[in-house]
Order: sequence, then C-alpha cells, then structure tokens
Amino acid sequence: MNLLLSQEQRDLRAAVRSFLDGNSRPREGYDPAVYRRLGGELGLSGLIVPEEYGGAGAGYAELAVVLEETGAALLPGPFLATVFATIALTRVPDKELLTAIAEGRLVATVAQPPRDEDVRLEGDRIAGTLGRVLGGMEADVLVVPAASGDEIVMAAVELDDPGVSRTELATLDITRGQAGVRLDGARARVLGPRPREGILDRMCVALAAEQLGVMRAALEAIVAYAKVRAAFGRLIGSYQGVKFKLADMHCQVEQAESIVRYAAWAADESPGELPKAAALAQAYVGRACFEVARDHLLLHGGIGFTWEHDAHLYYKRAKADEVMLGPPRVHRTRLADLLEL
Amino acid sequence: MTLGAQVNLDEYRAQARRWLEENAPDEVIGVEEAKAFMARLHDAGYSGIGWPGQWGGQGLTQAEERAFAEVARDFRLPTAYFSIGLGMCGPAILDRGTDEQRRRWIRPLLRGEEIWCQLFSEPGAGSDVAAVQTRAVRDGDGWVVGGQKVWTTNAQYATWGLLLARTDVEVPKHKGLTMFAVDMRHPGVTVRPLRDMTGRAHFNEIFFDDVPIPDSDRIGGVNDGWSVAVTTLLHERLSISAGVGMSGQSENPASFEALRKAVDTADPLVRDQLVELYIRSQALHLFNQRLAQETKAGIFPGARGSAAKLLLAELTLFQADLATSLVGPEAVTGDHPLGFALSFAPGMALGGGTNEIMRGIVGDRVLGLPPEPRVDKTVPFKDLKVGTQA
Repeated sequence: MNLLLSQEQRDLRAAVRSFLDGNSRPREGYDPAVYRRLGGELGLSGLIVPEEYGGAGAGYAELAVVLEETGAALLPGPFLATVFATIALTRVPDKELLTAIAEGRLVATVAQPPRDEDVRLEGDRIAGTLGRVLGGMEADVLVVPAASGDEIVMAAVELDDPGVSRTELATLDITRGQAGVRLDGARARVLGPRPREGILDRMCVALAAEQLGVMRAALEAIVAYAKVRAAFGRLIGSYQGVKFKLADMHCQVEQAESIVRYAAWAADESPGELPKAAALAQAYVGRACFEVARDHLLLHGGIGFTWEHDAHLYYKRAKADEVMLGPPRVHRTRLADLLEL
Repeated sequence: MTLGAQVNLDEYRAQARRWLEENAPDEVIGVEEAKAFMARLHDAGYSGIGWPGQWGGQGLTQAEERAFAEVARDFRLPTAYFSIGLGMCGPAILDRGTDEQRRRWIRPLLRGEEIWCQLFSEPGAGSDVAAVQTRAVRDGDGWVVGGQKVWTTNAQYATWGLLLARTDVEVPKHKGLTMFAVDMRHPGVTVRPLRDMTGRAHFNEIFFDDVPIPDSDRIGGVNDGWSVAVTTLLHERLSISAGVGMSGQSENPASFEALRKAVDTADPLVRDQLVELYIRSQALHLFNQRLAQETKAGIFPGARGSAAKLLLAELTLFQADLATSLVGPEAVTGDHPLGFALSFAPGMALGGGTNEIMRGIVGDRVLGLPPEPRVDKTVPFKDLKVGTQA
C-alpha cells in the first residue's frame, strides 16, 4: 500500500495549484476559456484517459491530486462531471468519446436515472427524464444507462440534439450547476452493456479527493484568519476554544487524506479492495468535509454568515458533495454489506 | 537506499526472525527471567542495535533497528521492563551524559542488568511538568533530594531513576531545574504501587526523603535540566513511532473484529454503530500507516504524531463506551473484559499528554497558531501559583 505522493505527483499538484490560483473564480461560474487551458496546457481532462485515446494514461493517485486542488479552489463548472463521465467511458467497450475529452474539446457528464427503466432506448432513439444532471447545462454529451429490450446498456446522447430539452436548476452550491434533462426521442449512441461494477466506486474515490481539497482549503482559510483576527485584546487563534477546534479539524483532514490516498491506491493497484475503500472514502470523507466546512464558517464569526465572504461557498459545496452520490446512509449501508455485518 | 543495502536488510530480518523463533519466550515471564533474556538478546546483537558500539550498542543504523522492531512485533518479548530505559533514559544519557556516565550506565541498561525508570511527573506537576517541586539541594560536593513523584512505570524493578528536580526557586520555572540519576535502592526512596481506576497497579508513586546524589550523577548542567527533559521526551515520541517495546499487542475486546462476533448485527442500529466504529478505526489505522511510510521515507512526522495520539485516545474512549453499551448489562458484571476496557480507556486520554495538551501541541506546532499568553515564563518559581505552592 502506498499512501505517499511521489515527486512527480507533487510537481503535478504544484502546477495545478498555481494555475487555479487566479483562474478559478467560484462566483463567476463556468468559464470555457479556463477549461480549454485546463484541458490543453495542463492536459487535465485527459489525465486518466488511456494513451491510445490521446490521454496521459495516469492513475487515480494522480487524478486525486488534481481533484484535491480543483476542490480546494472551488473550481466552478463541469470539471467533476467530465471526470465522472470519463470514468464511465473508460469502462465501456466503445471508448471513442475519450479522444475528444482528452483533447479538451468535449464536456461530458453522467447520470443515473432513479430506476433503470426510466430511460429507454429503442433503436437509436432514447427517451426518459433525468431530474438532476450534474453540469447538465454545460455538458456537450450525457452518458447514461438505458433499458434496451431486456438489457441495460450505456448510451451517449449529444445534449444539443433537438430531442433533448434542458432546464437549469437552482442549486444550493452556486459554483456548480445542475440541469433537469428530458430525453424525447433524441439520437443515442450505444457504448456497450453497462459494466456490472466499478464505475460508482471510482466516482466515490474521485469525489472524496475533491472533498479532501474542500476541507483542506476551509481549514487553511480559518487557520489564517485565526492568526490575524483579534478579540478581547488577543488573536483568536490563541484561545483554546478556537485552537482546540482547529486541532480537531486538522485531525479530520489528516485522516481524510490518508483514506483518499488509500482509496486511490486501491483503484490503481488493488481492485479487490476498491469497493470497501470507496464506501469508506465517502462515508468518512464526505461527513468530515462537511463538518470541517461548517466549523470553519462558524469560527469566522458573523463575517462567515455574509454573502460576500467565501465561507458559505465551502459550506454549501461540502453539503452538495456529501449527498451527491446518494444520501450518506447509502455508503454506510454499502460498507455494512461489504463487511458482511 | 541501494539495492545491495535492501538485500542485506532482508537478510538481517530473516536472521532476526530465526533467532527470535528459537529464543523468544512463549509466555509472559517474570523480571529475573526477562533480565536473563535481555543479556542473551544483547549477546546476539539485538539490544541497542542503533546505539554506538563504544558504549555497548551494536553500532548499526535506524534501518536495522526498525527492521528488528518490525520482526519483533510477531513475538512476545519481555521488553516492557526495560522500555523506559531503552526508549528514554538511555538515549538521554547518550545525548547529554558524560563519557564516564555512558560507560557506567549504557551497557548494563542494554543487557537488562539495570532497569531504569523516569521520575518527572508529580501530583502538582502533570501536564505542566516544568512545575516540579521535588527539590535537590546542594550538600557539600553532592546533592540531597526531597519530594514526591508519581505515574512511575517500572519503579518497583528499577536500579536507577532519571530524576527531574528543582535546584533554584529564585528563577523562572524552566530555568531552575536539573536532571540527575538517582539510586532507587537507597533507603530514603520509598516506592508504593499506585492503584489506578482499573483496580490494578500499573504505576507507582515515589517518595524521596533526604536521598543523597553525588554530583557525578548529575546529567547535563546545573539548572539546565529542562533541556535534558525535552530531549528525553523527544526520544519517548521517537521510540513509540519506532515501536521499541511495542511487541505482543493483545486482542482488544472492544475492537471492531471482536465486537462483531459479540453482538447481533441483524439489528440495523447495531449495524450502523459497528460501521461507525469500523470507519473511525480504519481512518486512524490509515493515518498511522501514512505516518509510518513518511518516517520510513525520512520525513519525521514531528508534532503531527500528537494528532495520531489524540485520535487514538478518542477512538479508545469511543470504542470502549460503544462496546460496553452494545453488549449491555453483562458487560458490567462478572469481570467482563469490556469492564476492564472501559476502565482502562481514560488512561489513553491522560497518559503521555492529555487530549487538551495534544490539541494545544497540534494547534501551536502543526497549525502555527499564536500561543496562549502565559504568566509563568518570567516570574521566579517561588512566586508562582503551582502544585501545592500557594
């Protein structure tokens, strides 16, 4: 098991961090120009795309490093959505779309209908309603499982098809949009049968990496504030009531990082351990991220409750992330099942 | 590390394992047998592996020391009797003692002939150990000691004690301390077992009644004892992370693995509480693994180790509490092992630095937060409100 970053991975982190500093503007929403540079200059959209499809062929350890930074910077827009779609596309027989993703030309997303039969495929036409699609307004392509006869296949739908209608949703997390998507006889491309497993686990790992970044950045922000904000003649970070809470938050970040490194390692090197590691990652990191983001907001005092301060952006992102792949209890239940409890 | 060194280390491990398979005791043994074992361990080259050869060590490196500790985890070595000397007193003497002191004390320590204990904490100086009141007063060429120490592991077996005493009350508290080695068999030393809340006596309390110490047994300069104490405590942390004396971890009845067999997992509430225990245990386990990998890679975790210690204390309290509640009334009757686990758990949150001290260390040294304003750094010790001093 390897839980440490290599020199190359640390270099990658530094490069991404330096790019996002100034280029990630959470309140301004999706900026296609920034995404073109992320995909082009930095090659991040093709990070886990196999080399034969024009990607870097890197692993989840590298992906986790990148997502930690996009999370810390609250990068707005469909980056995580495209990562999710990439994960799905690497695990179906027809991987053609990966080339355009690797080149940074294609924004993609993935959705899971409430029930498998809610999206149906007849011939090359797809129909169904998806209530909440991550990055649904920005994405060019939607990857979605669909019932086709007796089997479930993975299908790709171009979202500018006349048979698609999209409705932008109001989202608690203003940095990341969602859309309601209605498929009404849109043209679909069948990518192959839905893989029995592996996609959701890897999405759990990817999301946990982003959550680690969110909680790390939240802790750094409040630690920095505690070193400059004074009350009753002292810097607030010198009060045990503040310091001890920050120490506990640090402990949560340390454990979260350890779990994310482990889960990413399992995805790369030890697939047998992945299901448990992925469920653990969401069960621990999802919760810890929200708690740290919440306490970082509270420790800011009144300023943390204002719209102009960024604290609420972290708080809301943390909650939106915690419930993104289902209510937190689903990960705990999955863990219980995998532990044969 | 070169490939050749790695191969040699693997061979070293294999040799150590062969020796331990033949020589490690099968069961818990008494102190005299343990001393004999330490002499054999030293003869075989496995006591003081990384310690300098000229004073009785084996003159190898931390790599061999760690390799042996890893192998030794699979055996039940009676190192607990010697853990304070090996982990703290010996390294402090190597660092801060004179050559004459190293020559007198290190070899017998490594051979188990002389057991050491550490005499820092007092009833009035726990977390605030620099507030010790035990006095060492000049008496001709030497010193005379009076006072009380507490939480002393292995004092009942010890030949020597590493003693932190106050030698000047006119200066601020950190500046009036001196470190000594004290002869634990002197009639003026009284060792009493201290019965803790588990009902057992894991520790002792020690009374000093005009105990003489020759000046040649002073370790470090007069009034420079605090820096020796800091060195010693640093070694304590290092020795814990390297696993010295950490062999033979017994099965914890409150662990996830033990508990899942003891309770009805069909109950969804029980199931979820067990999942919570699993999550917390794994989170800490993986954090410890990461710290160990960093240490191996040459990155010393430093104060981040205090975060791991804090988390271990919190987990120990949580799981003993949870396990006792899940098992129910039978857990608190008839000497149930969970009763002991519940009684033992607070010790984890108090010994080696309380949770509050750990949070302070993480806040100050890891996060770099501003220190708490202090009133005790500039005032002469005699004017401080400390311990039993009004």
